[in-house]
Amino acid sequence: MRQLSLEGDLVGEYVIAPAYALDALLVKRRAVIRPEHRGIVSNIAELWEYRELFYFFIWRDVKVRYAQSVLGIGWALVQPLFPMLIFTIVFGRVARIGSDGIPYALFSYTALVPWTYFSNALNDSSGSLVKEVSMLSKIYFPRLIIPLTAVLGRLIDLLISFLLLFVLMAWYRTPPTLWVVLLPVLILMTTATAAGLGLWLGALAVQYRDVRHAVPFAVQLLMYAAPVVYPTSLVPHAFRYAYALNPMTGVIEGFRACLLGSTTVPWDLIAIGGASALIILSIGTLYFVRKESDFADVA
Amino acid sequence: MATVALTVDRLSKRYRIGARQARQDTLGGMVIDLIRRPLSNLRGVRDLTTFAEDEVEADDIIWALNDVSFEIKSGETVGVIGANGAGKSTLLKILSRITKPTRGTATVTGRVSSLLEVGTGFHPDLTGRENVYLNGAILGMSRREIDHKFDDIVDFSDVGKFIDTPVKRYSSGMGMRLAFSVAAHLEPEILIVDEVLAVGDIRFQKKCLSKMDEVAKAGRTVLYVAHNMPAISRLCQRAILMGNGRVVQDGPVHEVISTYLNSGLGTSAFREWPDLARAPGGDIVRLCAVRVLDQDGEIPDAIDIRKPLRIETEYEVLKPGYVLLPNLYLSNEEGICLFGAQDLDPEWRGRPRPAGRYISTVWMPGNLLAEGMVFVDANMNTLEPFIFQYQSRSAVAFMVADSLEGDSARGDWTGHMPGVVRPLLKWTTRHLEPSHAESYQ
Repeated sequence: MRQLSLEGDLVGEYVIAPAYALDALLVKRRAVIRPEHRGIVSNIAELWEYRELFYFFIWRDVKVRYAQSVLGIGWALVQPLFPMLIFTIVFGRVARIGSDGIPYALFSYTALVPWTYFSNALNDSSGSLVKEVSMLSKIYFPRLIIPLTAVLGRLIDLLISFLLLFVLMAWYRTPPTLWVVLLPVLILMTTATAAGLGLWLGALAVQYRDVRHAVPFAVQLLMYAAPVVYPTSLVPHAFRYAYALNPMTGVIEGFRACLLGSTTVPWDLIAIGGASALIILSIGTLYFVRKESDFADVA
Repeated sequence: MATVALTVDRLSKRYRIGARQARQDTLGGMVIDLIRRPLSNLRGVRDLTTFAEDEVEADDIIWALNDVSFEIKSGETVGVIGANGAGKSTLLKILSRITKPTRGTATVTGRVSSLLEVGTGFHPDLTGRENVYLNGAILGMSRREIDHKFDDIVDFSDVGKFIDTPVKRYSSGMGMRLAFSVAAHLEPEILIVDEVLAVGDIRFQKKCLSKMDEVAKAGRTVLYVAHNMPAISRLCQRAILMGNGRVVQDGPVHEVISTYLNSGLGTSAFREWPDLARAPGGDIVRLCAVRVLDQDGEIPDAIDIRKPLRIETEYEVLKPGYVLLPNLYLSNEEGICLFGAQDLDPEWRGRPRPAGRYISTVWMPGNLLAEGMVFVDANMNTLEPFIFQYQSRSAVAFMVADSLEGDSARGDWTGHMPGVVRPLLKWTTRHLEPSHAESYQ
């Protein structure tokens, strides 16, 4: 009798069995394991179902990252601080690169806040699956959680690095503009870009370990393709839109415009970058979902 | 009517194993190879997951699972046995959704938890408490569920006051116990377990086995894979024997276990460790072989319940100067220990041994053991100071059979006989005079 109600080809759906059972409303889950790829929708829906695990992973990531270190979370401040000092000396003092009239230290630190988040998130997420390979072959949970944890876990570092930014802004007496409300959008763009690239590279790294060697060094070079040490105003106008395809261009110039008022808000850069970030995120997710079922076999 | 909890329908899984690459010996060849290598590496890695549409047979393809079908009713406890490479792990991985089948489907009805390892996700820098929550979440428990069971989990593990200490400061046994406690408190409708019981000290193992027993008795469906035959036969009513990716036999646990043991795939009456470096043992003694022999010195298919037998343990003493205590534990299919026995040979009793190869033989009389499988653990330690050397669980096993010829302890009775021993005892029966008996009326 109970079996009848379980008929029908429902994949991962809830089926309600007759109420004659002791537990008056017995809800049983029926899942079919099959060779075909799962759809992206059920994949993302599953993330919601596993939200508690997601939360635990992020919490573990943050907790473990600075465990048994003297500076602890202070490292989140040091990481953008030292490049800022070096850039200020090399590019600000020696090379005298323009900074849209903003003190160079503030100019470069404002860029380093999102950039450090982006590069750490990308490095962590692209290496995250390889790091958790033993777990991949022992237990099932939505694989998307692993690289996304790495990206979201770095948000804490981002928040901490803001503290020093506010100190610098106060020191140089630079009040934020009203457009500061745009910051969450810019951070979202950064997260989407890092997640998109991280999902793609992370999945690729499970099969091709070369990725692990390539990413840290590519990220370092990539910094010069974003307006971190120089302003976008130095880029020839003909290349402006091509340059904006890098979502970090819009993010960094957006940060400077909103916080420092260096320029008016560069809507064109943000719009192009935002679209580009969405495309990167979609491609990364699609690639990941297609590849995830092979992880345990090739890892 | 029992519902079906798990239906496996023609499940197959194909893997590509790495083919060997040709090596170049000449300098010129090596230079060319250096340039070509990345390309061939790329092909090699890419091919791991890409197969031609109808690629069924090739040198580098193996079918880890081949057309496997079975059904498990809810509330059943089923053991999966088979030699290494038989496809047991692949089956569990597919059912746990860790990997995808190449063909076929599996339908699972109910909440599934799979335990292919204890302590997945345990992090040494986190405290016991934090790891319980993390590991619980990984195994699929909700936060509320863990809150609710937390005290039970800690009690069960005996970790006690160390619960707020980072796990890296635990002894390995403690970490294991905590990890197992979390797993033991899972309450899924379907539990998939792999050989995880092979951990921890004996006392804790017993505790875990009885916890598993509870799970099975609570009406949950359990699919259990292990090499521990006594545990399987105790926990499961039904077993599936796998070989070369196929189901070889599916039926009552005792029948399947004896097929397995008699096929020479599993534990048999004879076992050797030819490579001393990888044999069980410490730096004083290594185990070389264990043999069960009948009275003619043959390795038997089954031992006649009436006939004596002997068990030989061959071992190599690497470090001289210790008094050794070779000993055996015998247990039956239900995992009940029948007895222990240790070397009493007066020649070596209390005498330090020179290095070299030894064979210790124990002689057992006929009409001692009950019918059924007997599993022998071969153990070795030194005496004063006690230094543990090896414990080879179920090193060998043999079948005791009664040919029902009427001269065993059974006499003419052919039905069930209880007990773990079957001694042939002397019986006398006196017939009393009828008049004598009447005086009692």
